[in-house]
Amino acid sequence: MPLLSNKIQADVRKALEGMTAPVKLIVFTQAAQALECEMCGETRALVEEVAALAPAGKLTVEVKDFVADTAAVEVYKVDKIPAIAIVGAKDYGIRFYGIPAGYEFSSLMDDIVTVSKGESGLAPASQAAVARISQPVHIQVFSTPT
Amino acid sequence: MLAHRLAMESDWIRADMIEATEFPQLANKYEVFGVPLTVINEMIRVEGAVPEPMLVNELLKVLDGQT
Repeated sequence: MPLLSNKIQADVRKALEGMTAPVKLIVFTQAAQALECEMCGETRALVEEVAALAPAGKLTVEVKDFVADTAAVEVYKVDKIPAIAIVGAKDYGIRFYGIPAGYEFSSLMDDIVTVSKGESGLAPASQAAVARISQPVHIQVFSTPT
Repeated sequence: MLAHRLAMESDWIRADMIEATEFPQLANKYEVFGVPLTVINEMIRVEGAVPEPMLVNELLKVLDGQT
């Protein structure tokens, strides 16, 4: 049974029409079904459903094993699962940890289109301010599905 | 998402959206009582969904050596 209702599927299809360049969703989970963490299977299924609704060839999914794919874990600096890295022309350091459901589902749609376009959409003043930063910054945003 | 847009804008910034209920040990560590809660470099805490200029201002505090 699909996770997304017909209505949501239609909304997703419409939102993703805004995509220009291809985007990759790299999902970190545990390959062994028996060991797959609680929300890992659902996260993977959700991402695969979303990808199927994007314009042809625009959105691909790569599934990585958090335990076995140590190289990928290192490259994407993923420290917990389920994790999703949204990668466009390059890896911008955009991650989701946990299933992007509820309110965060629209964040995911928004992020995919933004990454696809390759422009942050920030106000010029914000862009100028951010340009002053020349040291590593780690932002963690805690949210809940409702 | 705003934090993700900031990450897009700068190679120095990375941004994680974390589902608090799935990572209770982290929610505990950062004392997440309300969402959204934004934590910048472990030190700066921003509660609630704040407008872009305000979050950018908080972000710039890292330049003042406050983190």
